[in-house]
This record gives sequence, structure tokens and C-alpha cells, in this order.
Amino acid sequence: MANDLILRVITKWLSPIIILFALYVQFHGDYSPGGGFQAGVIFSSAILLYSLTYGLDAALQLIPEYILRIGASLGVLIYGGVGVASMILGGNFLNYSVLGSTPVAGQHLGIIIIELGVGITVASVMVLLFFTFARRVAPE
Amino acid sequence: MSLVVNLVLLVFLLVMALAVLKTRHLFAMAMLFGLYSLLVAGLFVVLDAPDVAFTEAAVGTGISTVLMLVTLASIKDGHELISTQKSRTAPLIICVLMGGLLIYGTHDIAELGEVESAPHTQVAARYIGKGKEETGVPNLVTAVLASYRGFDTLGEVTVVLTAGIGVLMLLGSRKKIRIRKVSNGK
Repeated sequence: MANDLILRVITKWLSPIIILFALYVQFHGDYSPGGGFQAGVIFSSAILLYSLTYGLDAALQLIPEYILRIGASLGVLIYGGVGVASMILGGNFLNYSVLGSTPVAGQHLGIIIIELGVGITVASVMVLLFFTFARRVAPE
Repeated sequence: MSLVVNLVLLVFLLVMALAVLKTRHLFAMAMLFGLYSLLVAGLFVVLDAPDVAFTEAAVGTGISTVLMLVTLASIKDGHELISTQKSRTAPLIICVLMGGLLIYGTHDIAELGEVESAPHTQVAARYIGKGKEETGVPNLVTAVLASYRGFDTLGEVTVVLTAGIGVLMLLGSRKKIRIRKVSNGK
């Protein structure tokens, strides 16, 4: 598929829009449908589209695999870290109310941060799964 | 209007399921499963569950279809399903029994939107009544998932990470072992 001009051009135009939409779903998730999980999957679908059109090697240049491995663990670490931070500040585990000046502000902040963690983990794991499978496809 | 949309989606869902049964080509089957997921996502939108529809459309139609196609592409042959002459009575009986049990089970599910049903009388009332006030987040689904049910979501994220680690341990070896050696042709 790497030599198909139409696919290459469309992918080039579409990928940034998909990533932008993923970021919108991520950070607007508390006002509109969506959230970390959906955003992560949409983000990874942009990378999948890119690597389906331009080949696995180009995608690996874009995002090396070690970054994905770090990202997958980092997301869970952020999530757990928010829980620990709220414990240090005197609340229960994952009680975001103590994070901000008022309980509502703290809740809002906590939700945004943990959604970010979810998004990073899901996006990294999905792309990592695809790369792991795609590496086994024998070259034509 | 909603009835027409529902009817069209459900009829196409049935057509898609029958098409999956009928087709012998595994690539076509993977694509049909993707379409099936897209229709289910449409049904979720009709049921006022855009968050779930999002997930279904992105995961069911996008990622899992691509993963199935990549898996098929990594196998050189065997893309056609070979039908055997074995007797099909036993699978048929199991399917009919299972389907009957499921239909029997649906009688215990509360009607859609029934106010008196158990989930609506317990915690949901508190979430709906106080959710925005307590978390400051207008989207109730996000409030429930991230704040009220924060522990569950932490578990879910850990499951995603564990699945990734599992696949990496099984298939991620650097040596690029092929599933099957190319014996004929090249």
C-alpha cells in the first residue's frame, strides 16, 4: 500500500485531524461525551492509519517502541500517583477533594489528571499491540 | 423516528450476522465484524449512550478490525474457511439451548428507563442529584467513572497495561519469529 498516492495524501491530511480530535475528546471529556479511554483509542487509530499507509518502519521512526513502553507504564503511574498524592495531602486514596483549594476544584483537577493517565496508557498499549502484531507480517 | 432508526439498525445487524455466517473468506469476515460493531455503536447512540458508542466505534470498528487483519496478514495461507462434512446437530442444539436460556434471562431485566428498578433507586439517584455539585463536572459519565468509581477505573487501566505486557511477553521477542515458514513460491 506504500505506493498508493491517494492513500498517502489522504493519510497526511487526516492524521493531524484525528489527533486533534483525540485531544479534544481527552480534554473536553468532562463537558461532552468522551474521556481518557476513548481519546487514547482515537489517538492510536491515527498512528495505526499512518503505519498502514506508510509502513511499519516509518511509524517506528515517528514513535519508537521504547517510548510506548514508557508511556504505557507512565499512565498507570500518573493515575496511582494522584491517589498517593491525595493520601499525602490527608485524604483517602483517590479522594481528589483535598487536591485543590475547594473540594470541587480538587475533584475537577483530579479527574483531568487521571483521565490524562488513562489516555496515555490506552494509546500506548493499543499502538504497542499493533506494532507487536505487525512486526510478524513477513515482508512481501 | 427513533423506531425507524432502530428497525433499520437491527435489520442490518441481522443481515450482517447472517453474512458473517455465510462468508467463507476470513478477510471479508473481519471487515463484516467491523461493520457489525459500527451498527452496534449506532444503536448505542439511539439509546442515548454516546460515551459507550464512542468506545464501540473506536475499539470495535477501528482497532480490533485492524488487529484481526494484521493477524490474518501474518499468516501466509489459510484465509479460506474449509467446510467439513461433520454432523452439525450437536452445535445446533447447544446454540438453540444457549439462545433459549439468554431469552429466558432477559425476562428478569428491568424495562428500559424503569424508574423503580434496582440500579435507579440505589446509587444512581445520588449520582444524578449531586454529581455536578460534588465534582464540578457536567458530564455525569466522566464524573462517575473517574471520581465515584475511581478504583474501578484504576483497575481497568491496569488491565489494559497487563494485556499489553502479556502480548509483549508472548510475541514481542526481538528475533522476529515467523508464525509459519514460507515453503512454496518464494
